[in-house]
Amino acid sequence: MEVLIALAIGLLTATGIYLLLRQRTFAVILGLSFISYAVNVFIFAAGRVQTKAIPIIGTGDVFTDPLPQALVLTAIVISFGMTAVIVIMALGAYLESGHDRVDMVEHEDDR
Amino acid sequence: MSHWIIAPVALPALMAAILVLVLRGNLGFQRAISLAGTLGLAVIAAMLILAASGSGPEVYFLGDWPAPFGIVLVLDRLSALMVLLTAVLALVVLVYAIGADWDKMGRHFHAIYQFQLMGICGAFLTGDAFNLFVFFEVLLIASYGLMLHGGGRDRMRAGFQYVAFNLIGSTLFLFALATIYSVTGTLNMADLAVKLQTLPPGDVALIRVAAVLLLLVFAIKGALVPLHFWLPGAYAHAPGVVAALFAVMTKIGAYAALRFGTLVFPPGLEATATLYRDVLLPAALVTLVVGAVGVLGAVTLPRLAAFAAIASMGMVFVGISAFTPAATSAALYYIVHSTLAGAALFLVSDLAMRRRAHGRLDAVLPPMAQGGLLAALFLVAAIASAGMPPLSGFIGKLLILSAWRDAAWLVWSFILAATFVMLVGLARAGSQLFWKAHDGQARATSHPPEPWAFTAVITLIGLMAGIAVLAGPITAWLDVTAAGLYDPSTYIEANRLYQEP
Repeated sequence: MEVLIALAIGLLTATGIYLLLRQRTFAVILGLSFISYAVNVFIFAAGRVQTKAIPIIGTGDVFTDPLPQALVLTAIVISFGMTAVIVIMALGAYLESGHDRVDMVEHEDDR
Repeated sequence: MSHWIIAPVALPALMAAILVLVLRGNLGFQRAISLAGTLGLAVIAAMLILAASGSGPEVYFLGDWPAPFGIVLVLDRLSALMVLLTAVLALVVLVYAIGADWDKMGRHFHAIYQFQLMGICGAFLTGDAFNLFVFFEVLLIASYGLMLHGGGRDRMRAGFQYVAFNLIGSTLFLFALATIYSVTGTLNMADLAVKLQTLPPGDVALIRVAAVLLLLVFAIKGALVPLHFWLPGAYAHAPGVVAALFAVMTKIGAYAALRFGTLVFPPGLEATATLYRDVLLPAALVTLVVGAVGVLGAVTLPRLAAFAAIASMGMVFVGISAFTPAATSAALYYIVHSTLAGAALFLVSDLAMRRRAHGRLDAVLPPMAQGGLLAALFLVAAIASAGMPPLSGFIGKLLILSAWRDAAWLVWSFILAATFVMLVGLARAGSQLFWKAHDGQARATSHPPEPWAFTAVITLIGLMAGIAVLAGPITAWLDVTAAGLYDPSTYIEANRLYQEP
């Protein structure tokens, strides 16, 4: 179980980093999304991986840690909002300049 | 318990809501409310700094939850100073924005501006590491809006790079926080300070990784080489008035590094020891050089101001990286100075850009309207940025030099050489802007005089002169602040961990 989750986090992060280094905005946004998925799972795993544990209410000996779940909820909401913002910005940049490269073309830079 | 501690977060949030929901059609009312709100923030910040100077750190328990379980805001001398600096800068920059009609160039400028202030003040006040992340996001999302204010192709593209870079930073922040939580089970900064003292040896490696990840995040915020690449493009393409407000945003990285480096990972902690010092000093020195060379090589005026901001962050981090009370006090003085100086340089550069066809320094353009006054202001702003007497930068640099006396050959040579290169770069830019021969008959471009915009710049210069004149009392106050940072017991006690609030 732990190995599977660790592998999943590693794979998501690696994919995300590869896509981040691409030159087109679409790939970069996908990369950011992958990395934010990876970190969400990572935060979740920070509360230790447990099966058949009681969330908050209930009877039993093993309880899960509810705090990482609250943290991950915040992180998901924020990364979702940020992705929406960056998609709009990428669209705006594409529509105004006619290409979706991330880097600046030389003559664009001197305003 | 004083409820005023939350006012720097609550007041801008309230103002922003009023601005965007009630007043969105009426620019005159928006300006009045925004000015009143920012003025109120400055007054509250002044009250808070008086309160913080009188007593030790004071903690505000949100929802009255006891400390490590609920979120706390902590008012100590450092956070009060940073909030006051933010409020004063915001007020001056807002006057400029109104005087130069920047708020007419797009919608909702004032509402986003207030949200920005809310995020910055919150980041300075919070005593909880995850809450710090949340306030970082609040200030970042507002900064995206401000940065794109006015629109335009280049601004959009520079904005995309800025957002992408900061999203990566946010993700690293989350990785670091999750690592810390999985080891210690807490994210309250005072509680972390206690728990890390008794860390099991097996967890040392994890905490060191988390500490470095956090430092990377703060280095991104503080534009420390090699994580500075977002800054020149973003600041040069942002509206000048927004770049001036952003002068305090890079300082958040410095503040957070200082807070974590003294409270959570103090130099005496076994797990991290001198980790922050060892990493920060070389990076800070290189940042200083990159900023100075960038000033010398900048092609356009806004880029010059942006590289001056990078150089100033290098100076600040050189001061912080010593992690001794004297150097920290010097760094705090330089933070106050460089925020004002950086903002002044961005505003002067914006004034010049509004009077020229474009910002290239190597082009011969007709003389600018109000060129004489503008040249004088540029001279003063350049003197302040380079850290020459008689303004406060000189004193700040002297204090940092004096604090680094034991490693003089290395640090002094970097600082003095970088200052010289910056001086040459600024002198070159100024002479090209204002002196370079214009073809004979060219008449000065006409432009409205914008008295309030000039007033704002002159106010910033007056403030710098003020902190230079009052350097004695201010450094005495900062010495106490720095001493408090290296003795965090009162900060931790104020949190009343695991007790009923």
